[in-house]
Amino acid sequence: MPSFEPGYLAIVIVALMGGVLGVVGYLTLAERKVSAWIQDRLGPNRVGPGGLLQPLADGGKFFLKEEVIPKHVDRVFYLLAPAVAVITALLAIAVVPFGSTVAPPAPQATIDAFESSQAAYRSHFSFVLAPGVDIGILYVFALGSLAVYGVILAGWSANSKYSLIGALRSSAQIISYEIPLGMSVLGVFLIVGSLNLETIAGWQGSHRYWLVLVQPLAFLLFLVSAYAEGSRLPFDLPEAEQELVGGYHTEYSSMKLGFMLMAEYVHLVTAGLIVSILFFGGWSLFGLESIFDRVPVLAAIFKLIILVAKMLIYCAFALVVRWTIPRFRFDQLMSIAWKAMIPLALANLVCVMIVKQYGWPLIWLAFASVGLLAAAGLWHGSVTMPRRKVARPPVATGGLATSRLTGV
Amino acid sequence: MPIAESEVRWVEAPKLGFWDQLYLPAMVDGLKTTVGHLFSKKITEQYPEQEPKLPGNYRGVHRLNRDEAGRVRCVACYMCATACPAHCIDIVAAPSPPDWTGREKYPETFVLDELRCIYCGMCEEACPVDAIELTTLYDLTGLSREEMVFDKEKLLSVFDFTTKAGTDPVRTHGGRLGPASEPPPG
Repeated sequence: MPSFEPGYLAIVIVALMGGVLGVVGYLTLAERKVSAWIQDRLGPNRVGPGGLLQPLADGGKFFLKEEVIPKHVDRVFYLLAPAVAVITALLAIAVVPFGSTVAPPAPQATIDAFESSQAAYRSHFSFVLAPGVDIGILYVFALGSLAVYGVILAGWSANSKYSLIGALRSSAQIISYEIPLGMSVLGVFLIVGSLNLETIAGWQGSHRYWLVLVQPLAFLLFLVSAYAEGSRLPFDLPEAEQELVGGYHTEYSSMKLGFMLMAEYVHLVTAGLIVSILFFGGWSLFGLESIFDRVPVLAAIFKLIILVAKMLIYCAFALVVRWTIPRFRFDQLMSIAWKAMIPLALANLVCVMIVKQYGWPLIWLAFASVGLLAAAGLWHGSVTMPRRKVARPPVATGGLATSRLTGV
Repeated sequence: MPIAESEVRWVEAPKLGFWDQLYLPAMVDGLKTTVGHLFSKKITEQYPEQEPKLPGNYRGVHRLNRDEAGRVRCVACYMCATACPAHCIDIVAAPSPPDWTGREKYPETFVLDELRCIYCGMCEEACPVDAIELTTLYDLTGLSREEMVFDKEKLLSVFDFTTKAGTDPVRTHGGRLGPASEPPPG
């Protein structure tokens, strides 16, 4: 792990965190606007030009609202939960390379060689909060698992049935979907040969194609799992309003509720960045990203714009999907994860292993993905319907009552 | 009577085909719908800036119509006050001035409580001389209860206002007021 200038890092941290929180604020506005447009409405348009200052008004409202802490809660965990939710969500962004990074050096044979390679790496302008984290994506997944603590603590400490049911659903859902989430990207790591996000983005940049071309099925599985991990709408059972009032944040008010909601949008942003880097080449854009390479600052900004644009496309897609697909039933949710996505992810991983072992061209993996998906479609056992046999009574024939009811 | 076993009709969900099992075609279909709506024309009315277009039979604030000579058409027959389910109309009748031909009475006062009114339109239905009408004025506000009790002058001014603004043109042009205005036979 190379050491870096603290002052420089502080500037990058403030800039990136401010940027991420700004994106989160405007995602709430985008959510409301897109919801409105899809329902043929206009959406919030009174605060500022076209409603652009709405996030500020919302934030101010959250701070000024009365903060109600019910008497029946477990105060320690009740106060801890929003902090855990926000901190784990924000920490995951630390390893995301925002642009202009070079891949960190591989392990060296001698200490001298190691030191010199680290020095060379340090001399580059690295636009990432924690450069050179070799476990990269594992760190993101680990924090994603920690994020469920925020939900469980909130649900448990609130001492309310709605919160508890929401938290139980959430824990079951997040633990189930973590498996396909991690397993679907194993193929990517096998292809690239590294867990480091900087290396993965660099690999796609130097190969001039994106990994979604050779791993479309993995991308699909990762997309669905990421929605489930972030409790986005087809999978928002932890806070299903019609059933659970507000789910795990029922008992929260004021800025604590704001933190809970903010954490969800931070998860969306993180998932967008991770998807862009793993499957859509990060800051690479078919070689176009290097046109400003003479001026390092311009190049960094340009690459940042490319990455953020990809992330925003992902977020926009999530907003549209929210109004397209209705919420799954809980048994369907579990069936999809355990009966469809995990086997598919495993099969996809086996395909990658075979192709790597025999050194075949990677494009075969695209055909393998399509074949696997088709095979899953042909699989006779229905995934979303419970295996319940309806006990059919013997059909009575000719009876007056029967003919009336069946309309024959 | 309990339902006999033979009367129960068992219905099962239709079997999913290959494309249904893949989920993706259905989702693309759904996305087409939502994205189509994303760019379609919006139906929201921007209220304070954009006034709604109300149909002529909208039941808003009442008005008392004037006849051709600018006098109140009302003949104080009490039909509206009788028909009113909310009892919000209060009329004091008086013999009409001698130069008002063709009628016997006129309302000395005509008070209508806009807060009691339920805007059912029964008064308009009941009126034999088309004197009371409901207009398309919908944004009625006031700072006190007294302000919302409309007297004859106010109701006539609503007529002047709505005919001038063109939102509710004069709907009746009858010269004679009708049988309700005439003195009782004998």
